[in-house]
Amino acid sequence: MSFKTDFQRVAGLGSAKSGAHHWFGERLKAVALIPLTLAFLCIVAPLVGASHADVVAAFQNPIKAIAVILFFLVTFKHLEEGLQVVIEDYIHGKAALLTLLIGTKLFCWAFGLAGVFAVAKIAFGG
Amino acid sequence: MADQNRGNRPLSPHLTIYRPQMSSMTSIFVRLTGIALTLGFVMIIWWLIAAASGPAYFDRINGLMTGWFSMLIWIASIWALWYHFLGGVRHLIWDMGYGFDLKTADLMGYIMIGGSFVMTILTFIMIGVCS
Repeated sequence: MSFKTDFQRVAGLGSAKSGAHHWFGERLKAVALIPLTLAFLCIVAPLVGASHADVVAAFQNPIKAIAVILFFLVTFKHLEEGLQVVIEDYIHGKAALLTLLIGTKLFCWAFGLAGVFAVAKIAFGG
Repeated sequence: MADQNRGNRPLSPHLTIYRPQMSSMTSIFVRLTGIALTLGFVMIIWWLIAAASGPAYFDRINGLMTGWFSMLIWIASIWALWYHFLGGVRHLIWDMGYGFDLKTADLMGYIMIGGSFVMTILTFIMIGVCS
């Protein structure tokens, strides 16, 4: 039994053969975020209301800096993929869909890398 | 229509005729909390950029971030983070093929709702103890 329409069959549309890889990547990031989120909360929550010197001192600890950088890297890809799924599910116009998907990707990359840079700058002493 | 054969596809029942269930309602809130957490993600990164920029800018941003309105966003974000966390774990359990019977699915829903509030309170106790 084919689920394809005649047009899809003629045009050769269908699986891009990368679905399983994408699906597995989404789960892998979700699993990685279980320990990373716990580490992030333990590192950052005590810094609420802390002075600039205390915040700088915290991120100059390499373990803390690495944990938070890993959290940001995985989170921004997880956020990008999550927002992509939501947009693909609910936005149907082609122009709006493309605009939102591209905007989401640029937004996530910008903030993810900004977070990594900020932690790295503090960790390297500045 | 040129494309009369729409394929031999099953058609999902429409959302409006569904009675709300524990599993579907808690699942949609995983999405909503995920979208809402974008704001917390941006705020925490802004705060870190301020810390990397030096004491003067940090003090200004830190004042903003610990004001009453920001604190409301932080409380909501920490609840949303725990809800999304527990909901994500439930989806991973489902992805492995477990917990589909009604009793277990409902139980996991209650654990998510209750657990998210308990963990939020515990997080703020931790913040209180540390600072």
